[in-house]
Amino acid sequence: MAKSRKDASKGCRISDVLLTAEDISIVFGGLRAVSNFSCELKQGELVGLIGPNGAGKTTVFNMLSGVYTPTEGTICITDAHGRTHNVHRKKPFQLSKIGIARTFQNIRLFGSLSVLDNVLIAMHSQRGVNPFDVLFRTGRFYRDEERLRSKAMEMLALFRIDAKAGELARNLPYGEQRKLEIVRALATNPLLLLLDEPAAGMNPQETSELMELIGFIRKNFNLTILLIEHDMKLVMGICERLIVLDYGRVIAAGPPQEIRDNPAVIKAYLGEEAMIDA
Amino acid sequence: MNPKIRLRNFILLGSISVLFVVLPAVLISVGVIDGYTAQIFTLAGINAIMAISVNIISGITGQLSLGQAGFMAVGAYSCIWFSQVALMPLPVAVIAGGLLAAFIGFLIGFPTLKLSGDYLAIVTLGFGEILRVIFVNLKGITGGANGKRFTTILAARADIAWVVIIGILVMVVILLQNFLRSTYGRAIFSVREDEIAANSNGISVFRYKMTGFVIAAFVAGIGGAIYAPFIGFVKPDLSSFNRSVDYLIYVVLGGMGSITGSILAAFILTYLQEFLRFLQEYRLLFYPVILILVMLFRPQGLLGMKELSFTGLMDKLTAKRKPENG
Amino acid sequence: MDRYRSSIVDTLVIFIQQLINGLSLGSIYALIALGYTMVYGIVMLINFAHGDVLMVGAYTGFYILYALGPSPLALALAFLASMILCAVVGMTIERLAYRPLRSAPRLNSLITAIAVSLILQNGARVLPFVGPNPRQYPTMQTVNISVGPFSISNIQIVVLLVSVILMLILNYIITWTRTGKAMRAVSFDFKAASLMGISSNRIIAFTFALGSVLAAAGGILFATAYPQIDPTMGAMPGLKAFVAAVLGGIGSIPGAMLGGYILGVAETMTKGFISSQYADAISFSILIIILLVKPTGIMGQKVRVKV
Repeated sequence: MAKSRKDASKGCRISDVLLTAEDISIVFGGLRAVSNFSCELKQGELVGLIGPNGAGKTTVFNMLSGVYTPTEGTICITDAHGRTHNVHRKKPFQLSKIGIARTFQNIRLFGSLSVLDNVLIAMHSQRGVNPFDVLFRTGRFYRDEERLRSKAMEMLALFRIDAKAGELARNLPYGEQRKLEIVRALATNPLLLLLDEPAAGMNPQETSELMELIGFIRKNFNLTILLIEHDMKLVMGICERLIVLDYGRVIAAGPPQEIRDNPAVIKAYLGEEAMIDA
Repeated sequence: MNPKIRLRNFILLGSISVLFVVLPAVLISVGVIDGYTAQIFTLAGINAIMAISVNIISGITGQLSLGQAGFMAVGAYSCIWFSQVALMPLPVAVIAGGLLAAFIGFLIGFPTLKLSGDYLAIVTLGFGEILRVIFVNLKGITGGANGKRFTTILAARADIAWVVIIGILVMVVILLQNFLRSTYGRAIFSVREDEIAANSNGISVFRYKMTGFVIAAFVAGIGGAIYAPFIGFVKPDLSSFNRSVDYLIYVVLGGMGSITGSILAAFILTYLQEFLRFLQEYRLLFYPVILILVMLFRPQGLLGMKELSFTGLMDKLTAKRKPENG
Repeated sequence: MDRYRSSIVDTLVIFIQQLINGLSLGSIYALIALGYTMVYGIVMLINFAHGDVLMVGAYTGFYILYALGPSPLALALAFLASMILCAVVGMTIERLAYRPLRSAPRLNSLITAIAVSLILQNGARVLPFVGPNPRQYPTMQTVNISVGPFSISNIQIVVLLVSVILMLILNYIITWTRTGKAMRAVSFDFKAASLMGISSNRIIAFTFALGSVLAAAGGILFATAYPQIDPTMGAMPGLKAFVAAVLGGIGSIPGAMLGGYILGVAETMTKGFISSQYADAISFSILIIILLVKPTGIMGQKVRVKV
């Protein structure tokens, strides 16, 4: 498809695919962190984005979620009503409303707020009140608060951290903090969930639980997942297909079995501690 | 929250508020509390309103503003103007003063809050000082460096002044708490905690920073607008940086993020200020040293982000009566 | 027709005269702006106390000039002494007030910086040998050199010369010495620089010292040009110099110099063409305009937050 370079604000055509990234690149002061990245994410897929450290995976996430603006290329997302939006120049909070949610490599919870509040904040755009209701405590305020709270508690219960609803987020053990971050992201009713190294810092037992959790999410929530991970057991275990990044470029893409035997991928990972065996 | 507890809280807080507002006024009017003490504590009430204003933007929204005194001065001078020139009745002039301050807050916040937090500190610092220069030069409206007189009933009757000012303080606290204990409040807290995470979870960081800043400006404007009729006299240095720092000190000591902490600190420090008069010049040195010590050794101040809660106290007291609750 | 022509000539004369004045004033702002920008570039902190270091420098110079009389030798000694003292002051402030808070929320560091500034100002006020009252600064006799309709004073020449020399020396340090390169490394990436064996703490201390040395010189030059000093004298020039640093691009050294000169000229132009009362307001207006138009400043680059 003929496209002018640096035309990142071009319109998006109607598509039945959830997200398309076309030839996106980003340059940081002379360094091309990502070059010509393209991918298509269909509804309901579980795709893994892998590659050695510094390959640009989180940078791709940051572009998809609106934190960075690509210097070239277009990213298009189809919302729940079938409308396509150009991700370029949209702020992350707007993309969140359209349906892109994400977690962060270094966990970004609202530490001094409670577990429940963390989830409630993600539901802010689903509120049914206006400032008047809030200031003067109308009946509508109490009903809406109750509605949001019970919905949030339901979600926490679904992931079995409802017992800690009142605790401060920063007091949670590491594994539960990661879980909470995922629950918070789910509370925004996303169409696309971007998970950035969800298994980082986890032992094999916790990683297995995480794999179950992701499977659980796929079954119970109607969404697409794109996940960055270094843990090959998890990646090979749950991803339907993989995209491999190295030095900001896609070097391979396809089902996990193919990728595992791909010489370019093996070469990129040589010297890495990650074991490429299932 | 079940309706019975809601009702209980309403009655509890309502009665306590009325007590705080009415009882001292009665004591003042019968002379149990003398005029001098009355003035100090009423002034403390205004300082509390200003401290709350600083807390809203700096403690709750997490953006350092060094110009709340500027908004106070806007409220003060404009209240005088609305009252004397536009001939509005005093209550309307007070609200108009607050709204004008809020509007100016909007104008200043709009370009500045899109940027990182450091810029707001500098812009607001400059704002207060530039405003002072402007007020000195607009002699016709503001009376210049010599200030402007504004005699009202509040300056004359200490008991009425108490009722009005503490009444306004109570209203500000109630409305503010209502706002903060809601999804809007949570949105603002999320901005303070982690802007990037907030943004990624559907919160427009810019919009809520603006909300916090404009509300803070409004509250400061109200503070100034009742300061003018109470003290009866307004000078341009009302908007100076030094005064903004004074209010910041109340908030840091009381706990950035704690409304009750700010009120407590404002009352204690305003009262102490009278005793510390003998320190004179050293007092100006005393405060910043305390500020650094707090920042280094107890940055959360007195109450941190917690609030003194009458309803919380009530919950604890009533819970004790039911042993099966543990 | 003649009246029209002469008013154009008049305007041109005022313009060029104020340009000369502005370059002199701008040199001082540039010196101070450099301190702000270097510190911000390296620890991302607005050192509110920087303007008050200027005051310390001015007062140190005052005592030396007062004791020895305003001779060129005494002036040189004044520069030396105040530079050394201010370097020590700057490093002490960093060590005691800023370093402990490096991992704390930014708000806390900003508040501490304000507190340090107030301590310097009010501390000077209560010191018995300083006191709150303004003092007259001992300066050499002002000699005005006329070049046609324009005049430049010997003081302005001294200001320009000293500033330019100092800026050249600074440029040499930053570009050619190991310490200078280390400074640039630390401002680029704190952790990576430590991993490379650079003692970030020492480099940060050095940066503060360097900035304070320039502020000291700026203080003496400022006091020489505007010979009335008092403990709060650093506040306004400090604020304006910060605006200059933002204008040029905070974190950029050439930007600070450029910003300083632009601001100095803007201020003198305002004094010449509008009114001297609003000269202070012009720096604030420039700040708002820059924030609206290009917040990263003339030479600044967009800082990407690592997410």
